[in-house]
Amino acid sequence: MATLTYLQAISAALRDELRADQRVFVMGEDIGVFGGAFKVTDGFIDEFGPERVMDTPLAESAIIGTAIGAAVVGLRPVCEMQFADFISCGFDQLVNVAGKMHYRQGLAVPITVRLPSGGGFSGGPFHSQNPEAWFMHSPGIKVVAPSTAEDAKGLLHAAIHDPNPVCYMEHKHLYRRVKGEVPEGVYETPFTARVARPGSDLVVIAYGAMVGVALEATEDLDGASVEVLDLRSLVPLDEAAILDSVARCSKVVIVDEANATCAAGAQVAALIAERGFEWLDGPVVRVATPDVPIPFSPPLEQAVLPGVERVKEACRELLEY
Amino acid sequence: MATHIAEATAGTGTAAGGHLKLEDRIWLLRAMLLMRGLEERAMSLYRQGRVPGSFYDGYGQEAVSAGPAFAMAAQDRLCVLHRDLAAHIVRGVTPARVLAQYLGRATGVTGGRDGNVHFGDRNLGCVGMISMLPDMMLVATGMAMAFKLRGERRCAITWFGDGSTSRGDFHEAMNWAGVQKLPVIFVLENNQYAYSTPLEKQFAVDPVERAAAYGFVGVTVDGNDVEATFEAARTARERALSGDGPTLIEAVTMRMHGHAAHDDMKYVPKDQVEEWRKRDPIDRQAARLGELGVDVDALRAEVHEEIDAAAAEALAAPMPDPAGAVDGVFCVGEAKPLGDGQAPWSGFREDEA
Repeated sequence: MATLTYLQAISAALRDELRADQRVFVMGEDIGVFGGAFKVTDGFIDEFGPERVMDTPLAESAIIGTAIGAAVVGLRPVCEMQFADFISCGFDQLVNVAGKMHYRQGLAVPITVRLPSGGGFSGGPFHSQNPEAWFMHSPGIKVVAPSTAEDAKGLLHAAIHDPNPVCYMEHKHLYRRVKGEVPEGVYETPFTARVARPGSDLVVIAYGAMVGVALEATEDLDGASVEVLDLRSLVPLDEAAILDSVARCSKVVIVDEANATCAAGAQVAALIAERGFEWLDGPVVRVATPDVPIPFSPPLEQAVLPGVERVKEACRELLEY
Repeated sequence: MATHIAEATAGTGTAAGGHLKLEDRIWLLRAMLLMRGLEERAMSLYRQGRVPGSFYDGYGQEAVSAGPAFAMAAQDRLCVLHRDLAAHIVRGVTPARVLAQYLGRATGVTGGRDGNVHFGDRNLGCVGMISMLPDMMLVATGMAMAFKLRGERRCAITWFGDGSTSRGDFHEAMNWAGVQKLPVIFVLENNQYAYSTPLEKQFAVDPVERAAAYGFVGVTVDGNDVEATFEAARTARERALSGDGPTLIEAVTMRMHGHAAHDDMKYVPKDQVEEWRKRDPIDRQAARLGELGVDVDALRAEVHEEIDAAAAEALAAPMPDPAGAVDGVFCVGEAKPLGDGQAPWSGFREDEA
């Protein structure tokens, strides 16, 4: 075990895969010579060469589209979107070509798309988005979102090994802030939820950067026993784990950093309404970013992104219900 | 087919610089006859209300897909467009499966999951197109990128229409293929209309001119001459395998029917259609082979019989089980790679020897 940052864990997973499997290659804008906008692939080009650490033209549709082509003839491309926001330019290839391929013709598309997502650093409307729900709504695409260094590595290994397109949501705010013990070598984190902290009075359901927010907000909440469920995977969604937490805790707060409408948390709330109603001892409460573009200036951005105080307040109100 | 060859009398009957033997030239005609016959049968089934959805065909454009597909080797990979049924036939999709596909049957290539020519038989080296055009240009470019990465002697080919040259993926694919000098062949199927939109509303400069701007060769061929389209693709393949990069082939043709079965194409001047009717690709190839003594009528009859049998088989095939509608969204287990398709051109047997 080594202590790695979230970012180092992502790099380690990529390096291990490139070493272990000749089919794996990484591609994206400025990832080779420059080592990537966030330096995830720093130094890779020296070890693996420019063909397997491919600097691409500035063309997101082409990054996804050519990755699909390479995948169907046997390679395992890992695409980097420089920012998750830019996937809108590759949306059609991902949703219509990759996502529907196996259903239509039994042809698997094993591509991993790394999506540096999330706000909190004045990235503004085009460098702060959390677009995971777009892909939850599109059949044929898996979506995972690690919150710890250990899961960042294990989920990336599992994504690369998976025979389907996987959107790997890596939260930029966690890159250098989250650190943890990370096992050596190749291991897979399953696409299931994880109880980040067990509890019995209320459960906060979150993923990505909001897991840390949820843990901090509920660490000492007037003595209440608060569970935090880290979804880790949004597609597939671990329905059993969600319902299990609901059954035990009876009160639920769901936190999304994404815009509220039709977000991952909305799907979780719908699931609980459909199949967990009998266990509930209060309304399902959601904390999310309102339906606005993510503003640039710090006071504006902090006003919209869910933070520790908002989650605390939501939990307190529900506990008193 | 041997019977048709035995009746040939004039010379060796070779064409395309000797690359096409007489049996190959007959094969090309046969693929085009099968495409037309199958589409005519499907159209008639559509009119009877037996083909769900709409129906799209490639009447008059058969040479655009038959020739280039024929020039590919078994190990090459294809992304085929919706008016290019002959490419699937060349790769080995059987007529009964094609008709079952149109009819939405369980035995169709997609088992009813997608319609008309929206299919690719995974086992035959083809990737099915999607409706957003020309998305498959990028997929073909990616396949070529993989071939280059692995140092393999093979290429990818894809077809797309004049309308799709206006979309960004055309630029992204052309640029990427040019930058990386990839073994990919782009066949621009210029059939004069994108639905109802004529060329002059689509682009100010013929897109074949753009190839030079991306750093590779662009050629225009008569899209209604199957031996010309074959030869253009054969040359492009040689270029690709020599490491000299992509080729844009503009095959000039005419969409002789409406965009789909519902379209009466009133927007097309009648004399334009009549002019192109004189250049029918099947008539042209049939005349050539007829002059060489090939019994074209016998070939037509044989193809007709084959289609009758295929139609009977397809119409007797079951509809898909509704219980399976939600299966197979994700791949479970190992990803199965694309298989090799048929590559009937004898040139490859020499090439690979």
